[in-house]
Amino acid sequence: MPHTEDALLLASHIGKQFGGLSALDDVSLHIRRGEIYGLIGPNGAGKTTLFNVITGLYQPSAGGFQFNGMHYESGKPHLLAQAGIARTFQNIRLFANLTALENVMIGRHVRTRAGVFGALLRDRGTRKEEHAITVRARELLRYVGIEKPAQTLAKHLSYGEQRRLEIARALATEPLLLALDEPAAGMNASETENLKTLLKTIRTSGVTVLLIEHDVKLIMGLCDRVAVLDYGKKIAEGAPEEVRKDPAVIAAYLGGGGD
Amino acid sequence: MKPDRKFVMLIAALVIALFFLPFVTDALLGRGWVRILDFAMLYIMLALGLNIVVGYAGLLDLGYIAFFAVGAYCYALTDSPHLAQAFPMLFPVGVHLPFWIVLPMAALVAGGFGVLLGAPTLRLRGDYLAIVTLGFGEIIRIFLNNLNAPVNLTNGPQGISFIDPISVLCVSLNKTQTFFGIAFPSVHLYFYLFLAFTALVIFVSQRLEKSRIGRAWMAIREDEVAASAMGINTRNLKLLAFAMGAMFGGASGALFAGFQGFVSPESFSLMESIMVLCMVVLGGMGNIAGVILGGVLLALLPEVLRNIVVPLQQALFGRTLVDPESLRMLLFGSALIVMMLYRPAGLLPSRLRRREFGGDDAAAEESVYDATH
Repeated sequence: MPHTEDALLLASHIGKQFGGLSALDDVSLHIRRGEIYGLIGPNGAGKTTLFNVITGLYQPSAGGFQFNGMHYESGKPHLLAQAGIARTFQNIRLFANLTALENVMIGRHVRTRAGVFGALLRDRGTRKEEHAITVRARELLRYVGIEKPAQTLAKHLSYGEQRRLEIARALATEPLLLALDEPAAGMNASETENLKTLLKTIRTSGVTVLLIEHDVKLIMGLCDRVAVLDYGKKIAEGAPEEVRKDPAVIAAYLGGGGD
Repeated sequence: MKPDRKFVMLIAALVIALFFLPFVTDALLGRGWVRILDFAMLYIMLALGLNIVVGYAGLLDLGYIAFFAVGAYCYALTDSPHLAQAFPMLFPVGVHLPFWIVLPMAALVAGGFGVLLGAPTLRLRGDYLAIVTLGFGEIIRIFLNNLNAPVNLTNGPQGISFIDPISVLCVSLNKTQTFFGIAFPSVHLYFYLFLAFTALVIFVSQRLEKSRIGRAWMAIREDEVAASAMGINTRNLKLLAFAMGAMFGGASGALFAGFQGFVSPESFSLMESIMVLCMVVLGGMGNIAGVILGGVLLALLPEVLRNIVVPLQQALFGRTLVDPESLRMLLFGSALIVMMLYRPAGLLPSRLRRREFGGDDAAAEESVYDATH
């Protein structure tokens, strides 16, 4: 049994079915505070499905998970964001017709309070809050290295910038767990290298990172622990070096007959 | 944000111009045109209300006129002798509540109906939402048309008449009033009242647009899944958008009832909903100035046509060949097609969409400076 005290996220026996298709089958894992946890597996292994369950987008067919000591069964994404899970999407989902700055400002929504009356009266508290939102959003843009195009519409940013903007937007929610769905997809070698540096910086700041990745090399150099999914089942978990040698993993990746 | 001199001067000039507008119109074009201006104001209020739902939150509402109807009937029932018919014991002379009570009440009731429409449609998007809202608009109209039995609540298709005119601070707006030796005819007084409310609606829209709530609405418009993953409670915010939009609709409905003195279900047809939506789309969705422009243009267009087309045809052919009403739909349809082809973002596209084409960086930096200071 894993030590539950230091686990930030504890998923137990999660299953998810779409009609007759079983996308996830009895998957359990735990993510410790402060680590970078990798989730790998071949295409269609159920990585993104698991991700969507943990971030509240899907309701699991079986099992449930604990986050930061609280139990969550049916997911409401906004509650999980409030609890401290922030995510990015595999196929980038920015607010395309808003500026980069506004995208990050929207990330502050969950940690700020101004309501309709605040908006209408624009009292001292609201003005202060708005100011703080803008300042923090600019800080975050600088943090991920896209300070310059702050006033550019998100859809006009380059691919790498969009990926970074998604991370900035997620960080704006002050997450305990930052969940990244294939952040390096489509990036060239130098962009991937920059991303790696950024993720290390984020971890140093105390944020736990869950990373889905296709690129095994990135995972190996970055993650503290790794779980491998194949056909909706967890086939291995552990330190990257161990997992790499696991025959089941090799079979899954190389498409051998398995055993 | 410090209002600079130029801005103050501009506002002052605008206020003076608008003050003289009914007098100038009256002198040049006749009193009927002042009345048309009054209606244009009502349409602007409606369009700005719908802009919150469609332009900010991205929820396509084809039944918006229903809230206008709810507001109008609220005013009609609580400010006319009508209820004496249905409940002679309870209200022997009908109900005659003061304007300042009826107006917020109409807004709140309409807001309630907004939530009523919003709640079951939370999971619907795009076309599906449009169809349900269209149905809702028709349901309200048909209810109003048929609620004259078993208890005569709405007087059915005949509508409710003898509605009390609006009076502000014990000054009835229904007759000519003299202030400082200047005679203000009734339509002029209504113009100023509607102008004041339009200014209020503009103010509210503008404040909402540049706030945490407004940003959350726009996030929902852009990508609902991503918005909820960012911790935005999409359910509550969509309901809020429906309610806020409906409140504007309800308030303008109440003003309409008091101004017109008569309401009947036929004023609230689907065509009216579409008209208001067209004002929003034509002018520039999500942009307040654009929506106002759209409202003015579409409210004035039929009247202008009527006054140009008929005499023109008389002069050319000696008789009226084409009815201005059918010509209106023709022009209107072609205008929309041309717009969609050449200016899909509207006549005055919103700030962000404009930047997309122009790259107006200086203005952009300035607006951020405004937002932070």
